[in-house]
Amino acid sequence: MSGYVELGRVVENEQIGSDVWCMVVYAPKQAKEAKVGQFCDVRVAMGTMPLLRRPISYAGFNAQEGTITLLYRVVGKGTELMTQLSVDDTIDCLGPLGNGFTIPKRVLLVGGGVGIAPMVCASNHLPEGTKATVLLGFRNKEEAFWADLFKQDKVDVHITTDDGSLGTKGFPTAVLPSLCANTKFDSILVCGPTPMMKGVAQVAHELGLSCQVSLENRMGCGTGGCLGCAVDGQDGRRYKVCMDGPVFDSEEVGF
Amino acid sequence: MADYKIGPGYVHGYEVSPKDKNNTKRAYKDLGVTFCGIPMKNPIVAASGTFGNGPEYADYLDLSHEVGAISIKGLTPKGRPGNAGTRVAETPSGMLNCIGLENPGAEAFVETVLPTLASYDVPLFANVSAGTVDEFGYMAETLSVPGIAAIEVNISCPNVKNEGLAFGVDAKVAAQVAAEVRKRTTLPVIMKLSPNVTNIVEIAKAVVDAGADALSLINTLLGMAIDIRTKRPILGNLYGGLSGPAIKPVALRMVHQVARAVDVPIIGMGGIMTGTDAVEFMMAGADIVSVGTATVVDPRAIGRIAEEMHEYCEKEKIEHVSDITDTLQV
Repeated sequence: MSGYVELGRVVENEQIGSDVWCMVVYAPKQAKEAKVGQFCDVRVAMGTMPLLRRPISYAGFNAQEGTITLLYRVVGKGTELMTQLSVDDTIDCLGPLGNGFTIPKRVLLVGGGVGIAPMVCASNHLPEGTKATVLLGFRNKEEAFWADLFKQDKVDVHITTDDGSLGTKGFPTAVLPSLCANTKFDSILVCGPTPMMKGVAQVAHELGLSCQVSLENRMGCGTGGCLGCAVDGQDGRRYKVCMDGPVFDSEEVGF
Repeated sequence: MADYKIGPGYVHGYEVSPKDKNNTKRAYKDLGVTFCGIPMKNPIVAASGTFGNGPEYADYLDLSHEVGAISIKGLTPKGRPGNAGTRVAETPSGMLNCIGLENPGAEAFVETVLPTLASYDVPLFANVSAGTVDEFGYMAETLSVPGIAAIEVNISCPNVKNEGLAFGVDAKVAAQVAAEVRKRTTLPVIMKLSPNVTNIVEIAKAVVDAGADALSLINTLLGMAIDIRTKRPILGNLYGGLSGPAIKPVALRMVHQVARAVDVPIIGMGGIMTGTDAVEFMMAGADIVSVGTATVVDPRAIGRIAEEMHEYCEKEKIEHVSDITDTLQV
């Protein structure tokens, strides 16, 4: 779907982890229409460097306040520039873009790295009377700040770390089978590094569970015009991550 | 939004929200042009490959009033899936792409896509690529249907009969393509020139002599990007086409050189992001301009640039935008 070009006003922009920042932007049109799993294409600077927008999943939106929340990892010049914005600065936000997740009653949210952002969003926009199970994969306990974003009574958080410094040692796939044995989930939602998403999709496939993956391909326009973010479908078609995704059924695409 | 702090580079009026149909812009009288006999609401063509098929942008722009013409995403005789792997890379003030001409094929386009464009009052240029001179002729014939206003010929694609060397780098071959297309359509033929040549003026003259009605320049510059962490090229296809503000000075120079040498109208393009950029191209000799990468950055770019061109005309008391063409004082 197509979005709005909004000149948003920065309400908050703070570092919440070693290289992760949280930006809240007043962008009322997006805040009203956004859905979990959709994204905002942010133009970091109005000059020509950097030139392209940065696609960032909504980590939250609040229609009443008119705000959207973006959690971003500082990976290059663009995101570095984002950290320099202050309250009341203007930021060009294009959104909401993409399709979004379908959240069933019994859902398992799996996230790794900055892919946890849309899961934060999902945990705050669960269908009425629903509880969610959250499974987060960290490299080590330094990333524990992500878990704090889920502090609410409707979610049950599980953690794995690569080095075993927090939660269960290993990747999320290590605890996935036991989690799925204890609770009958209607669907797994996953976003994170590709190997993690592949692993989760594989387990979901073996258990016969539906699995929705949110892809993070390099993107050009975000609006379906340039075909820069194509992904191969299992049906032989090519899909546009920006418009047909970023959320796909894991059986639908090769990623 | 008036109380917002507007940073440098923001143009007033830019915060127009798409999808608000009451934001429909009127076409500006001073911007209306006739190009190769085709009436256009303004002198801006949406560049091929940056505007989907058009409808993707209907929520961002009033296609019937804010866009001069649309050059359709490049078509080939048979449908193509495009390239695998990473297709875009950001570079300083530019972007590289190697989409690989993903398209449904000429016939499928005419049957299934073209009808969806009928409701918009905007001229459509069919941008065509092919592997042989004869196939170019086939493309011109196949796309010469009601609803298509002109054929824009992409000669930057590889010639399968000449070791994959682009048609556009050889004046003789480029002229053969122009002649073949000219023979097989009654629509205006626009040859889109490649900048990856030693002497673009020679190629321009050759295709005009072979019957081209207009020229479009420049196509992207061949480039590459490397990721030193993975020690691999960023683009899946190794090389790709560079576009955006980074190539503007090269494009301006080429438009200027070619405009001095030929007598046909020119569509100038290469990194146009603002009305000022567009005016520069026209001063250099372009009759109309084309905007591509700017749309990738800002889906409303074409409407905004048109507005800025109109503002320039008003400020400079220029009665009609065409009066700008060729006014460079050297």
